[in-house]
This record gives sequence, structure tokens and C-alpha cells, in this order.
Amino acid sequence: MIVDHDTVVHFAKSWGLFYLIGFFAVVCVYTFWPSNRQRFRDAKSKILERDDKPCR
Amino acid sequence: MIAQLTLNERTSALGLLILVALTGALMAVIGGDDPFAAHGVIIILFCAVIAAFVISGFDAPEPRIDRQDSYYDDPTKVGIGLSMAWAVFGMFMGVWVAAQLAWPDLAFDGAWSSFGRIRPTHTTGVIFGFGGNALIATSFHVVQRTSRVRLAGQISPWFVLLGYNLFCLLAVTGYFMGVTQSKEYAEPEWYADLWLVVVWVTYFVVFLRTLARRREPHIYVANWYFMAFIVVVAILHIVNNLAVPISFTQSKSYTIWPGVQDAMVQWWYGHNAVAFFLTAGFLGMLYYYLPKRAERPIFSYRLSILSFWGITFFYMWAGSHHLHYTALPHWVQNLGMTFSVMLLVPSWASAGNALLTLNGAWDKVRDDATLRFMMAAVVFYGLSTFEGSFMAIRPVNSLSHYTDWTVGHVHAGALGWVALITFGSLYTLVPALWKRPQMYSPALVEAHFWLAIAGTLIYVFAMWNSGIIQGLMWRTYTEEGSLAYSFVDTLVAMYPYYIARTVGGALFLLGAIIGSYNIWMTAKRPFMPAATDDVPQALSPAHARVPAE
Repeated sequence: MIVDHDTVVHFAKSWGLFYLIGFFAVVCVYTFWPSNRQRFRDAKSKILERDDKPCR
Repeated sequence: MIAQLTLNERTSALGLLILVALTGALMAVIGGDDPFAAHGVIIILFCAVIAAFVISGFDAPEPRIDRQDSYYDDPTKVGIGLSMAWAVFGMFMGVWVAAQLAWPDLAFDGAWSSFGRIRPTHTTGVIFGFGGNALIATSFHVVQRTSRVRLAGQISPWFVLLGYNLFCLLAVTGYFMGVTQSKEYAEPEWYADLWLVVVWVTYFVVFLRTLARRREPHIYVANWYFMAFIVVVAILHIVNNLAVPISFTQSKSYTIWPGVQDAMVQWWYGHNAVAFFLTAGFLGMLYYYLPKRAERPIFSYRLSILSFWGITFFYMWAGSHHLHYTALPHWVQNLGMTFSVMLLVPSWASAGNALLTLNGAWDKVRDDATLRFMMAAVVFYGLSTFEGSFMAIRPVNSLSHYTDWTVGHVHAGALGWVALITFGSLYTLVPALWKRPQMYSPALVEAHFWLAIAGTLIYVFAMWNSGIIQGLMWRTYTEEGSLAYSFVDTLVAMYPYYIARTVGGALFLLGAIIGSYNIWMTAKRPFMPAATDDVPQALSPAHARVPAE
């Protein structure tokens, strides 16, 4: 098989697209997964706590 | 600062400095008459100054308390100072280079002071000097606070900060001597590029090791942005700077990329430098310092995750919009155009998220110039990402490309977004770091804010007017089908706008000088124990020491 301009174009227009759609789906599932809700809620409020020394 | 290091660490710091200085000595010897040799001398001097500093504190008592019980803020403090120093230098060069466009005599007939040489000292000074140091300083601060653990390593953070500044110094001094690869935002030559790879990989390792030690189950989203900034800049830098030097004793090199591939790689680099250097890292600042200053959690954490992945995966493909109507294949131009338009979604998601965080705290925005800096930065971020998507559309680009409109767009982003979010973050960070109740002078923060806003608006409106007039004049034909205006006609039309741009830049520079003074005075002012919050207290039960540690 000769890898030329058309091969690269074909790859970009097929697999390149599927990969982005797949990636989009994975990110959405992670973001809205119910058990992640509490983790995200903690994360956004915890940075407002006092932070003058490391936690050990 | 040296007192924070053990005797062994002080010795290895000196050893490292000697090693780098010896490399510089080798360059100075083999370089002959080439600027390569001059850079060797600069490396020796740089190492000597730092070594003198290490030696002056060499006999200080060693740290006795367990250092893991405190955050490592010395590199951040020095980074803030370096950042502001570069800001003043870079913005001064910007004002000068802008003035040269209106009054060409200001080059004073010197080769080193010609437009082509001092323009990259402006871009490198503000992007890499000011922006880069601010990113390193704030990322070190944020990753420790959000991971609730001390920075990994004692010398490596210093190596990252000072090594990075050596790179900036080699870059800027090189331009004055005429050393350049002639690639925009990637001008430094091969040896400086190799050095930056070493520094940047160390930065990556320090950041990763700190995150690996974290005491929080979840990595806060600001760190994701800093991480993307570090990883992608490493990839971009290496791929775009693949080059073969003409000799190992000379500074000149040639890129391995031929023809249109070179153009594509360069603008893939160039646009992602905007995306990951000037956007991702500064969004990291935004997601930490804005909620901190407003004392409100981010409006939607989930939205911040979605916009993170959106920005990361869309920006990668947008670079080809810099090469509309060129030899680049049409479909690659279309790809860049489409992704640039799609980028509006994650960009406005971040901007909206930040503004909705402030919703309900508008009284604070009104009273607090620091928070207003960040609010204005978000507004400019929203405006310039919209403008960028719009300008990436091919027919729009046919009017805007090669004109001052592009320059206006870049500065709406660089002054309005990058610099304002940096100043807002530094005004939040500096009092906390030096344990002061507030900045030395809130009135000067206020003055800085209005100078920065006025400067940005004057600059951007001047360049919009100039750019669109220029673009329209270039495409105006007479009834006979010839061009209606000569190039000189367009220069005459742009003259007043060049003067206005210089004034706008000068106001912005004035603000940065005031800001530097204010930060300096805050750090130097005697400690006043007013804020009980900043005094270390006994560990609360939740934070109690784990016996196994």
C-alpha cells in the first residue's frame, strides 16, 4: 500500500472523525457519571478552605 | 532563601551551576567570532550571579524543622519578581517598537535597534518573560494548595525557574545580535531550544511528582489546565524546532521541515502557543484565583471539565487558519476554519462559567479592583475568542489577514485577557504569599486597573480602525481594474493610528510599572499581624498527622 496524500485525507476524514466523536462521548460520560457528583462538589468548594500549610 | 536548603543541597546547587558555567565556557572558546561565543559568556555570567547568591548564604544554619510541614513558596516569590521585571522590559520594547512605526528615526540607525530585531524582544519579553514566569510562579503555588502537599524537590523548582529565565535571556540577547530562526514565537536558535527542552522536562517532572503526592482524592481542574500547558508546549516546542545546525560551533541552523510543511508546522506551533501557553495556563490561574478572590466556588465544575476537553481537543486543529489562500491543501484550510469556529463553544463555556461565578458578587467586583481585573479579563477573553473564530472564516480572513486587525486581535487577547488575568491573580497571590492583610496600596491597584483598561481600549480600537482601512484600501480597484491605492497611501492612512497605538501601549506600560512598585512595596513592608487567617495554627483534627508518615 502506498501512503500518499489521499490516504492521509481518507484517514483524517474517517477515523479522525470517529475518534473525536468517541472522545466526546467518553468525556460526557465521565462528567455526568452520578458517582462523580460528590467528588466534583467537594473539589469546587475545598479550594476555598484555609491553606496555610500542607496536610499530612 | 538559601537557608531553606540543606548543606548537601547547597553544594549540589553549586555543582550544577559549575556544570552549566563550564558548558558556557566551552561555547565561549569554540564559538570564535560567532554570537555563539557571546552566548557562552552570558551563560557564565548568569551562573556566576546565582552562584554568588548561593555562596553568600552558604553558611546560614540548615533548616531544622521538617520542611514537609510548610509550602515551598520561595521559587514563586522570585518568579513573581522576574515576571514583573520582564513585563516592564517587554512592554517598554513594545512601546518603542510601536513608536518606530510612526517615527522610523527612533531606530537611531543601529543594527541592534532596528525594527526587525527589537520586535521579537517585545514578543519574547512579554509572552515568555512576563507570561511564562507568571505561569511557573502561579502553577507552583496552585498545585501545592490544591494538592495540600509541598512542592516535590528542593532544587528542581529553582532549576525550572532560573533555567527558564536563562532561556529567555539567551533568546532576547540573541535577537539584538541578529540570532534568529525567523519562526514567529520560536526565534531562539538550536542550543537555546535544547536547553529549554531540559528545563521543560524538569518542570513536567516536578509538577507530576507533586500531583502524585497529593492529599486530595481529586485533582482540581486548574491543575489540568497547567498540565495541558506543560505537556503540549513540550510537544510543540520539540516538533517545531527540529533543526540541523550548520556547525556545532555556530548559532545558525536550518529547520528539517521543507516548504509548505514548514509553514504548517510553524502555525500549528504558533496557534497552539496561543492556545496552550497563552490560554490553557492562564485559565488555570482563572479557575483558582477567581473563586479564591470572590470567595465563591466556581459556578459549574462539570462545565469546567467539558470546556477543558473541548479546548484541548479543538485547538490542536485550528492552526491552519493562519494559512488561508496559501499553497496549503484546501481541505486542511477548511479543517482549521471549522475547528476555529467550533472553539467558540468551549471558550465561551469558560468565560460564561467565570462570569456566572461572579453573579451575586457584583458588589465585590465594584469595590475590589483585583476582582475587577479578573472580571475584565474574562470579558476580553470572551470577546477575543469570538473575534478569533470570526477571523478564521476564510472570506473574513481575506480582509483581515496581513493587516493591523490581526495585531489588534492579538493584543485584545494579550493585554485584555492574559495580562489582566495575570495582574488580578498576582494581586490576589502577593498579599497571601508575603502574609500581608492587603496590597501596599489599594489605590495604586485601582490606578493600574484604569490605566490597563484605557491602554487596551485605545490600542485595540486604533488597530481595528487601522486594520480595516488598510484591508479595504488593499482591495479597492479603479474602474480600469488597477489598484486604487499604492502601499505608501495606506501607510499615510495608518499614521494617526500608529501614534494612538503607541499612546495606548504607553498607558499599559505605566500601569505595569505602578503594579511592580506596589508588589515590591507589599513584599518589603514590615509585617503587620492583622489577619489572623494567615498565622499558622494548630492542626485541626481533620488535618491531624498520620502516625505512619
